[in-house]
Amino acid sequence: MQLPRTVKMQTRGVNIFYGETQAIKGVDLDIYDKTVTAFIGPSGCGKSTFLRALNRMNDTIEACRVKGDIQLDGYNVYGKGVDPVEVRRRVGMVFQKSNPFPKSIFENVAFGLRIAGMKDKDEVAQRVEESLKGAALWDELKDRLLESALGLSGGQQQRLCIARTLAVRPDVILMDEPTSALDPIATARIEELLRELKQKYTIVIVTHSMQQAARVSDSTAFFYMGELIEYGDTETMFTRPSQKKTEEYITGRFG
Amino acid sequence: MNYTRKDWLLAGLSGTALLVILALLVILMQQIVVNGAPVVSGEFLTGSPSADMTGGGIWPAIYGTVFMTLLMTLAGVPVGVATAIYLTEYASSRSRLAQAVRIAVNNLAGVPSIVFGLFGLGFFVLFIGSSMDQLLYGDTSTPVWGKPSILWASLTLAVLTLPVVIVTTEEALRQVPRELREASLALGATKFQTVYKVVLPNAVGGILTGVILAVSRGAGEVAPIIFVGAANFLPYLPTDLRDMFMHLGYHVYALATQSPNVDAAKPTLFGTVLVLLTLTFTLNFLAIVIRSRTRATRA
Repeated sequence: MQLPRTVKMQTRGVNIFYGETQAIKGVDLDIYDKTVTAFIGPSGCGKSTFLRALNRMNDTIEACRVKGDIQLDGYNVYGKGVDPVEVRRRVGMVFQKSNPFPKSIFENVAFGLRIAGMKDKDEVAQRVEESLKGAALWDELKDRLLESALGLSGGQQQRLCIARTLAVRPDVILMDEPTSALDPIATARIEELLRELKQKYTIVIVTHSMQQAARVSDSTAFFYMGELIEYGDTETMFTRPSQKKTEEYITGRFG
Repeated sequence: MNYTRKDWLLAGLSGTALLVILALLVILMQQIVVNGAPVVSGEFLTGSPSADMTGGGIWPAIYGTVFMTLLMTLAGVPVGVATAIYLTEYASSRSRLAQAVRIAVNNLAGVPSIVFGLFGLGFFVLFIGSSMDQLLYGDTSTPVWGKPSILWASLTLAVLTLPVVIVTTEEALRQVPRELREASLALGATKFQTVYKVVLPNAVGGILTGVILAVSRGAGEVAPIIFVGAANFLPYLPTDLRDMFMHLGYHVYALATQSPNVDAAKPTLFGTVLVLLTLTFTLNFLAIVIRSRTRATRA
């Protein structure tokens, strides 16, 4: 028997436009607390665009307009007077290509804390350690904290970006194809990390690999041409999808 | 690598161009070094010029050049860098203001330096200076601020080097990859924090290079300061912003045209040119070193 799940983020009637083009049409979606939700779909279907709307990263793109209701714990993320900076502290993001700052490993993880105003050195150091442990990097890097983050391997850099996000203790972590630039071993380590992280965080991951979605997620949302075609429990989606389009995508008829 | 005939032709032509440039540089430098080196000595560098404008030392000119360059940098660089930051990070791509500023900067870059001199005279000395005299003393018959001085000369040159600073700073800011800004914003940083803590530190190398190049250019410009503050001969060193000053580049001009005995002044002339070129080359070399050093530490 499944325990009742609380809704962490909720979207209703979300439409996203890039200038004249409509990239997302009328998406209603519930994201459940402390689960992994995967967004899948062919290239250009709008899944990354939709993901970025969840933490208002689309605000940085001039021509982009987001309409509709997106709620975090019942609060409208796009409400009047809501500061996108606050939203992004609670909804973090890890990008497709890892983007560590050209600073030391320690400073990378501490960045979010410093800009939030944390001054106490011991507190910062403790959080950095906690976050690196949370990203399974502490043992590897604890003696190298002052080295430049750019000297790390691709997989380590991506986990560093995850640690960096964990440091600000967000509620939700968005991941935009986090392993597509990594080799299979690094990918496996990150997928393992996701299984641990979901005990404390709500995770939404965009992935172009259906197999990855099947491996790591609890719920899956299938996007096609800007519309949400189907959304449900991952196992059900992959064994008994209810929409024809979903079945076609999953069986590789297109994509 | 196999070279075709066309490759050899291109290599030959571009190689010849390279040799021509090098030859010109050598000829130029040879004249200057041969005639100027014997003159440059400790006394030359630290002594005062003789009143007859043929010999003596060039210390006041060195002092004046450095003083003026410092003022020029203090006045122009912050404004230029701030403008570039606004244009790159804050202005929307459709902003009319940003477009207007860009057009203004491009036009400013093409203005001949003598015109800057006239501008400096007309605007800084005669307009601002006289207005200040009117406000502070109520009378402009014996001008205090309304006359050529190191202050107005520095400001004039600051305006002249502004386009260089703006363009190179913009370029340096653009080189900072977009992903770094996104990473910062995604962690809950404000735009200001992102610019201050991520973008600027990353762009410092490029900005510094641009600043040094602009400073090097400004230190050598003569036309703008001819009637805005530079003097043929001064028996004192400028200590007040209202003082006039001697200047290396201007000294060359003065020795070559204003001296009553140009032949006797020739050695001093070459010595001054050598010092001026050494100064400019050192600054440019510094810019190159900084450029390569900061390139190595970036992503």
